[in-house]
Amino acid sequence: MIKTLASHIKQYKKASVLAPLFVCIEVFLEILIPFLMARIIDLGVERSDMTAVLGYGILMLICSFVSLYAGFKSGKYSAYASSGFAANLRLAMFKNIQNYSFENIDKYSTAGLVTRMTTDVTNVQNAYQMIIRVCFRAPFMLISAMFMAFTINSELAMIFLVAVIFLAIILFSIVYVSFKIFDVAFQKYDDLNASVQENVTGIRTVKAYVREKFETEKFKKASNEIYKIFTKAEKKLLYNSPAMQFTMYACLILLSWLGAKMIVVGDLTTGELMSLFTYTTNILMSLMMISMVFVMITMSLASMRRIAEVLEEKSTIVSPENPVMEVKDGSIVFDNVSFKYKKDQEVNILDNINLKIDSGMMVGIIGSTGSGKSTLVSLISRLYDVSEGRVLVGGRDVREYDLDTLRNEVSVVLQNNVLFSGTIKENLRWGDENATDEEIIKASKLAQADSFVSTFEDGYDTYIEQGGTNVSGGQRQRLCIARALLKKPKVLILDDSTSAVDTKTDALIRKAFKEEIPDTTKIIIAQRITSVEDADLIIVLDDGKIHGLGTSEELLKTDDIYRDIYRIQKEGGNLGE
Amino acid sequence: MSRKGSTVRVKLENGDLILKRLISFIFENYKVHCIVTLVFIFISSAASVLGSLFIKSLIDDYIVPMVGVENPDFMPLMQALLMMGTIYLIGVISTYVYNRILLTVAQGTLKKTRDMLFEHMEKLPISYFDTHAHGDIMSIYTNDTDTLRQLISQSIPQLISSILTIIGVLISMITISIPLTLIVLVIVFVIKKVSSYIINNSSTYFVLQQKNIGKVNAYIEEMMQGQKVIKVFTHEDKAIEEFEGINEELFDSAYKANYYANIMMPIMGNLGYVNYVICAIIGGLLSIYTNSISIGGLGAFLQLNRSFSAPINQISQQINSAVMALAGADRIFKLLDEKVEVDDGKVTLVNAEYDKAGNIVEAKERTGMWAWKHPHPDGSVTYVKLLGDVRFNNVDFGYVKDKIILHDINLFAKPGQKIAFVGATGAGKTTITNLINRFYEIQNGSITYDGIDIKLIKKDDLRRSLGIVLQDTHLFEGTIMDNIRFGNLEASDEEVIAAAKLANADDFIRHLPDGYNTMLTSDGASLSQGQRQLLSIARAALSNPPVLILDEATSSIDTHTEAVVQKGMDELMKGRTVFVIAHRLSTIQNSNVIMVLDHGVIIERGDHESLLKEKKTYYQLYTGALELD
Repeated sequence: MIKTLASHIKQYKKASVLAPLFVCIEVFLEILIPFLMARIIDLGVERSDMTAVLGYGILMLICSFVSLYAGFKSGKYSAYASSGFAANLRLAMFKNIQNYSFENIDKYSTAGLVTRMTTDVTNVQNAYQMIIRVCFRAPFMLISAMFMAFTINSELAMIFLVAVIFLAIILFSIVYVSFKIFDVAFQKYDDLNASVQENVTGIRTVKAYVREKFETEKFKKASNEIYKIFTKAEKKLLYNSPAMQFTMYACLILLSWLGAKMIVVGDLTTGELMSLFTYTTNILMSLMMISMVFVMITMSLASMRRIAEVLEEKSTIVSPENPVMEVKDGSIVFDNVSFKYKKDQEVNILDNINLKIDSGMMVGIIGSTGSGKSTLVSLISRLYDVSEGRVLVGGRDVREYDLDTLRNEVSVVLQNNVLFSGTIKENLRWGDENATDEEIIKASKLAQADSFVSTFEDGYDTYIEQGGTNVSGGQRQRLCIARALLKKPKVLILDDSTSAVDTKTDALIRKAFKEEIPDTTKIIIAQRITSVEDADLIIVLDDGKIHGLGTSEELLKTDDIYRDIYRIQKEGGNLGE
Repeated sequence: MSRKGSTVRVKLENGDLILKRLISFIFENYKVHCIVTLVFIFISSAASVLGSLFIKSLIDDYIVPMVGVENPDFMPLMQALLMMGTIYLIGVISTYVYNRILLTVAQGTLKKTRDMLFEHMEKLPISYFDTHAHGDIMSIYTNDTDTLRQLISQSIPQLISSILTIIGVLISMITISIPLTLIVLVIVFVIKKVSSYIINNSSTYFVLQQKNIGKVNAYIEEMMQGQKVIKVFTHEDKAIEEFEGINEELFDSAYKANYYANIMMPIMGNLGYVNYVICAIIGGLLSIYTNSISIGGLGAFLQLNRSFSAPINQISQQINSAVMALAGADRIFKLLDEKVEVDDGKVTLVNAEYDKAGNIVEAKERTGMWAWKHPHPDGSVTYVKLLGDVRFNNVDFGYVKDKIILHDINLFAKPGQKIAFVGATGAGKTTITNLINRFYEIQNGSITYDGIDIKLIKKDDLRRSLGIVLQDTHLFEGTIMDNIRFGNLEASDEEVIAAAKLANADDFIRHLPDGYNTMLTSDGASLSQGQRQLLSIARAALSNPPVLILDEATSSIDTHTEAVVQKGMDELMKGRTVFVIAHRLSTIQNSNVIMVLDHGVIIERGDHESLLKEKKTYYQLYTGALELD
């Protein structure tokens, strides 16, 4: 996990090394300066030697300026390295997600991916900055201050050693105990947020059933739990600063007592005692910092794990080596195809499908929800891989093609029509980046979209809001069809993509398909019988199996499901005529 | 996110007001806690100042006199140290005590804030949820509430103790040397100037960073939602290229924001050293040439000097998070200040029965019969039997006051009738049903329920008398049983199962791993749309209301399954007044009245056959000549 993440530091390696280097210089000077301070008092003030005061004073000023410089540099490099590392992580995740197959995508929720790429990355960024700054600063400070203390007076410095061990034990047992509770606490916190979200999105249901009080009581109970567990966890942390203060004060008193005795006999100078006082703060503060960083890093471990998960996820579908770069025609063959989403799934979603579709055919697929219609067509552009058997497009197994080649020739209008924020033109150009305005208009006319687009004030430059919310469902569907047409594919698949379009326009679209793109194989999944009625071939799917195959006329005679659907939908329609 | 950034700026203008309100909010519950805390912070700070001062007397009064003396007497030193030890111990205990109290205050205030937020949110009108992004509302509970914790448990106590320490140190300094104190003050002024310059810079970039995070967030969200479309159109490289651009912007602002934040400490620290050196030199000069300050005095002064810059450092650090917390508090208060749903209704729904004379009277137990209890201004009370007669009289409505979207709607639904609404998206079908249960307030006209203006009916009782099945089914975390019981909390298990059977949901529920006890998580993601809808129908069946609203209740079920669900629905609709909005015209043919809506106006009304005969809009819709979306 750490290795995966670390491999993305890349161009920020230099800064990541320089930052701690300057931190060390900074710390070194911070340690040296109190030493100089002691000199000013001992050699200058006490002996009333002004040149010594000035000399050491200037030296100290120089040191502090160098330290300032080092501080600037370390601050800069650590900010640069950590923000850069974060940017690399985000980009790497984004890139890897772009490689995901549908199977990979299904694994993650949108919200989950967004959190991983924002909140989690920010956590890691902060932790990383901590690592390259504080993680070097604190131990280095601790060791150097200890060293200085020992050079001044090894006997008195023993006090520090004892103090450090004492405080370290206390701090780390606090962290250890509280961390376990925090782990549970944060989980409960997530649950609480989930319940807020539930209520925000389901507010109509809550209000319609007059469950406000009920939900509020439920929430209060959960919120009280949070209160209790967080108080419990933080109670442990409370001992941190008193423990620190206690140790520090104990050191000061011990130093004063023993130091006084030494000064009296001449083993120690007052200036040296003062320096030791300063080191007390340095040593204990850095210990405190180490325990804080420790907490922060452990807390970001979960974020690291979540990021690594996205980065390490390998796409389950990739182009083969030496791929075929051209699709000959739009013929499709399903050869003993079975499919299930997961290996351990007991029932096949598609079971032993055999099909032969000629190039240029218009094919309709009909069947109830869950019968496997969408799954069937998603195998053609290799959005999923078959579990058994093979799918041939243009006479070759789809797994032999370069993925981009295959998907450019097999154009799918998905059930969930998504437009992106941008102008209509920009959205349509997804089909063909270099499409001319004429081509765009032509495709739109085919999809019966031109008629309404041209009524918009800004025409093809009309801005589409995120998710395409500012056009109606039927209009959205027609734009999505136009977008797919611009690819000039050999196979065009419409997955329930005209459900919101009125029957007349629906028929016009099909007519245009027949006349304008006769060589393209057209596969239409629909709920409406009228959408598939005039197809060359209709496939009736039921429970993952082909239940009926043929033209409408044939199926009316042979297939009871088809007849059933036909009757339900048509009977009503005949009433008024 | 970006909004949060900009509020930081706006905030600073009325920051005082928010701070005042926040403090009085905390004080309300924890007055004693706060006062006690203040006392202990004072003691703790005093102990640390005394500690610094002690260094002075340690060297001057105890150590220096003993130097060179034969058989020095260590007793006074021992006593002094013991006294100091006691003071320190009191300091340590005070630190613990005030932290412990503050923990209760912080966590308690957080709990109270969350509870208040939620309770208030549940009372807000639907329009609030329409006009606020859900992510934004969520972030009030998380990000904004968290900033309060930081403020109460860290920023406020540190600010107070820092100020107290500064005052204490300043007084001590003055007692040692006035001229040196003046020098310190000048340098402190410089430090303050420099720090506010840096804070300004870093907060500008932090705001920019938040804005860019928002951008990245929005981009990722849109792309992830359309990820399958990206794959299908092999648009991956283009998406990466675009992302690289905004990612770079975020990097740049994050880098600069952190840079300024990082150099704060070194600058403050080293200015502190400069301060020290200047004081040492001038102090040294003073002690050598004027004798106005002793060596011990200078030592103590220099020590004080160090403890002077530490609190200033702390203040400059805490100010940043205090500003963030105020911005958070502002958003919290804004939600709490939102006006709740109006409810002046006096008419309530009660269990009823007939007395011997055949009059309706209130019953103590469930009788299966309900009545509206209508208290009148003159003190008398009348009872009206709950039947389900709903009328709209010249109703105008608009979500925004001056933009009326429903015009002069008149309709009446007699008990047991089925009323259907047909029309394009945005024609106002759902809006009409939302007016019946008073999700929104009408601008003109009146709506009556069993002859009573719905404004007179207590909202909860009104809604209890209406069952609703929405297009999107919302399921809550809990078992299937819990979710159906949402319709009627008092229902027994048997009643729940009966309702599920009525909705034809029993069958699939029994096939689930744990049957009715199957746990649903994250809005019932494991169920299909159709199954969710069946649960929603079962829920409505359980609440057993006289009036039922079905808003596209079967829209996500395919025709085949719909036939199954329809049976359940028909069963459910029996004997109730039903308002139906349906996508498929086949499901509403048997309605008593069909209303065709267009741009908020009822353009046709009648039953199926008469409307077909008219050969107008309904006919066109029915024959597929018009787009129904």
